[in-house]
Amino acid sequence: MVAAAVEVDRVTKQFGSTVALRDVSLTVEAGEVLALLGPNGAGKTTLIRILTTLLIPDSGRARVGSLDVQQDARAIRSLIGLAGQFASVDELLTGRENLELVGLLYHLEKSEYRRRAHDALEQMMLAGAGDKPVKTYSGGMRRRLDLAASLIGRPPILFLDEPTTGLDPRTRNDLWAFIEELVSEGTTVLLTTQYMDEAEHLADRIIVLDTGSIVAQGTADDLKDQLGGDVLEIRVSDLADLERAAALVAQFGSVAPRLNPDLKGVSLPVTGSAKVLIAAGRALDDSGIALDDLEIRRPSLDDVFLTFTGHGAATSGDGATRSIPGGPDE
Amino acid sequence: MSDLAARRLSAETIPLTPRLALRDVRGITKRNLLRILRTPQLLVMSVAQPAIILLLLRYVLGGAIHIPGVDYVDYVVPGIFLEAVLIGGMTTALALAQDLQAGMIDRFRSLPMARSAFLAGRTLADLARSVLALFFIIGLGLLVGFRFHNTFAACLAGIGLIILFGYAFIWVYAAVGLAVKDPQTAQMAAILPMFILFFASSAVVPVATMPGWLQPFARNQPTSDVVNSVRALFEGGPLNPDLWQAIAWCCGIFVVFFIVSLNLYRRTA
Repeated sequence: MVAAAVEVDRVTKQFGSTVALRDVSLTVEAGEVLALLGPNGAGKTTLIRILTTLLIPDSGRARVGSLDVQQDARAIRSLIGLAGQFASVDELLTGRENLELVGLLYHLEKSEYRRRAHDALEQMMLAGAGDKPVKTYSGGMRRRLDLAASLIGRPPILFLDEPTTGLDPRTRNDLWAFIEELVSEGTTVLLTTQYMDEAEHLADRIIVLDTGSIVAQGTADDLKDQLGGDVLEIRVSDLADLERAAALVAQFGSVAPRLNPDLKGVSLPVTGSAKVLIAAGRALDDSGIALDDLEIRRPSLDDVFLTFTGHGAATSGDGATRSIPGGPDE
Repeated sequence: MSDLAARRLSAETIPLTPRLALRDVRGITKRNLLRILRTPQLLVMSVAQPAIILLLLRYVLGGAIHIPGVDYVDYVVPGIFLEAVLIGGMTTALALAQDLQAGMIDRFRSLPMARSAFLAGRTLADLARSVLALFFIIGLGLLVGFRFHNTFAACLAGIGLIILFGYAFIWVYAAVGLAVKDPQTAQMAAILPMFILFFASSAVVPVATMPGWLQPFARNQPTSDVVNSVRALFEGGPLNPDLWQAIAWCCGIFVVFFIVSLNLYRRTA
């Protein structure tokens, strides 16, 4: 039996009266990619900070590489790499100086960290900018440098806290490809994200976290199956009809339909797809509601998220009210 | 794939030897020195501020201040030397708060480096800057008429005491920066005690000229003991008991704030 890369057992962490993590338990197997999915304030960053020895849990146990985060913090630090949500690279140093410093602090020999810094700059398409100060870098370049810094020590376990938040799609794809390459070389990855597609693309397994608790877990397909069936999606032509349309189709689902006024849309998890589609179409037509679109689709992780947490994943409005005021989380 | 991952997980960790810890300190010191060199405006500020106070006291206010038995320039300039190293320490608070806010401290704390190396590297780089500022102000002091009157060794000891005092206070500012966590607040929090310690002491005028309620504080705080000792070392005169008190203050402040800062650094969230 191979020991797990990360084991979290009933970990709780509170900031003042705000509970950031409540009795969270999870395991990341060696070589696995696990995504923690959740809105701002869900507790994702708090968990990463505990596992990277930056924060001590109030109760519960956490082990990284079979080492206890409190007793063996230093030994853990030589096993892990951390790339943060806010790129923590030194603005006044050049890209190369940043990487060489981190390499030195991983206790690599000088010739070794110089070589690795050089290679990392090439690999991250930063070779041309390597000797320029980081303050002249774009957001994407900074993020790539931050990731490169976390990899200088070739850590077997990598923690990525929202690695692509705020990046353009191309840079995002580049980073995804790079992370996949690391995984193929035997790196275990625990990442947090607010993006469904990112979790679906990168992760072997997904844990949905909401206000400090695990609300669902499994592979992307498992999570979709847990919803049971499909999603009925309606777009009305006239926004005024939205509520009436939702009321009409409510009978076909077991939970309340979800309204999205911006898209003039209603979506509803349903079972028995074809029959429901026809019945819904007939009911809407009989009431004289004009439609732009009517379809049955497989649930997305977004639907999973909305069903399990009652609110959207990356909807900033919802997230903002749930973030911890002044807290260190996100 | 998971076999490879498991094998990589079981890698041995390198034990932290004193040699590696010193190497960490060197690495962090170099980083901070590069940062100091690349923000010349801060460097200029930390020299210009004591220079302005020096010129102000020498040429604007100094004419109205008479201290029996000593030239005012010889009285006040050693005080300005202390001010030069005190003001340099303020940038320690600022720099640490900046590192906290930028997430740099998270990065360093997640690395297998020696924990004390981060603060040691910070304070040593700041000490280098303070010493640089001190030598500049000594040069300016000599230009405006200040003179060393004692033996070379005694003057050297005086400069050594100023540097010791400056280094002890860098640790005070380190604790301030780590405690307040916000660069603007750090600057404000650092400037007030600095002014109180500097002006409510015998650095600028003798304590005996101050109101009665202020005298006990002004007489018994570190700046006064240090500046009295430094004057005695530069100009000749009795050293007891100020010198031993001064050294005790510096060592005490250093030890207390070293421990406080290290604890704050370990616990910063």
